[in-house]
Amino acid sequence: MSKSLSYSSITKKIVLSLAGLFLISFLVVHLLINMLILFDDNRELFNAAAHFMATNPLIQVFQYVLFFGFILHIVLGLIIQIQNWLARPVRYNRKGYSELSYFSKFMIHTGAIIFIFLIIHFANFFVIAKFGHIDPITYDSGNTYEDLGLLIIKLFEDGIYVIFYVISILLLGFHLDHGFQSAFQSLGINHSRYTPFIKTFGTLFSAVITLGFISIPLVIYFF
Amino acid sequence: MDLTLKIWRQPSTDEKGKFVDYQVQDISADASFLEMLDVLNEQLVVNDEDPVAFDHDCREGICGACSLYINGRPHGPDKGITTCQMHMRRFKDGETIVIEPWRAKPFPVIKDLMVDRTAFDEIIRAGGYISVGTGGMPDANAIPIPKRDADIAMDAASCIGCGACVAACKNASAMLFVAAKVSQFAMLPQGKVEARERVQNMVSKMDELGFGNCSNTYACEAECPKEISVSHIARMNREFFSSKLISEKEK
Repeated sequence: MSKSLSYSSITKKIVLSLAGLFLISFLVVHLLINMLILFDDNRELFNAAAHFMATNPLIQVFQYVLFFGFILHIVLGLIIQIQNWLARPVRYNRKGYSELSYFSKFMIHTGAIIFIFLIIHFANFFVIAKFGHIDPITYDSGNTYEDLGLLIIKLFEDGIYVIFYVISILLLGFHLDHGFQSAFQSLGINHSRYTPFIKTFGTLFSAVITLGFISIPLVIYFF
Repeated sequence: MDLTLKIWRQPSTDEKGKFVDYQVQDISADASFLEMLDVLNEQLVVNDEDPVAFDHDCREGICGACSLYINGRPHGPDKGITTCQMHMRRFKDGETIVIEPWRAKPFPVIKDLMVDRTAFDEIIRAGGYISVGTGGMPDANAIPIPKRDADIAMDAASCIGCGACVAACKNASAMLFVAAKVSQFAMLPQGKVEARERVQNMVSKMDELGFGNCSNTYACEAECPKEISVSHIARMNREFFSSKLISEKEK
């Protein structure tokens, strides 16, 4: 058996949780930067932020940490899921319905779709920004940035792409709703007073993240 | 009341099983679920058929022998009780009841509805005990234990090891069982001595036997006949984490 399979179940869950929480912190930064595109018509704020993210040396180093976080979370999630399937070779005739956290049943499914979204998302933005050419734009302030904002606006004028984007983000929200509180439990954080708070906060947080990301393509498409 | 029973029949571990429908008539609403199965078995014996094998012992809800996955729920539709404590008044006249054995790789079916739960004994053998010197009776109050800690340990110790947590879990994970056994000692001074080895050995035995991982769905807590809290799972995660991360130099 490979080394990754021989780690204990709890170790895997703890690492999965830490990677998940790290990815959540990334989502917050990502959303805040994305929201900038809605604030001015000439996309100066957004392009300036995108320029900073693409050139700051610290962010460049952190990019690799982020990649590592994604790979860790995806690979561990897959290993855990395969082990879970193997633990019950004969299924029940009547499906159980006593799960209290509904979306927990679909973590692998929502995860898989988010993964596909991630690949397309990468091809659309990251690869072009990193290796392709984006026309620069010079603002009245005298600053010149690559106009990444225009690329986004053009993509979000395609209705099919908007639908795909919105559905993927909704599934991400469901993934987060279970994942957020589950991460704390896996890390051993459970308290009669704070756990209900963590659960409520996680749900609200997932809703805010989801609505935030969804609002951008909808605003661009309809207005 | 008259009922249709859809029961899993499997002659032995290695043979294939299938669902067989049975009819039972004039069952008293005050009969327990197991008494209803007794009536069915009487009927089968009279007709020279093989009676349905199912586990049971005390029939008082404390031994952990009875199992049965009834209509998609371990120990049937009621909360906080075992199968033997459930009564037929919970069902409607003419209802079809689907009865399945616990399904998990480490719990192979022995016959029909009976599964082999030796895997739980192996986990206990890996660390679910404390080592004490034999000799004279120690004074009852020699080691003071806060009431709160004693209560939590007692709640964890109420686990009867029936396996409903494994049966309910979508991953067939034994985390609630192992967590209860780790917790009951972790809360008490007598258990602290071997705490580090205990949690590591019990978790590694649990993994080795092929139980699934915990997805924190909390189906186990919902179906546990002793209503053991998933906060014990969090405690075990903490115990495990600190035992791995914070320890004296190993030999």
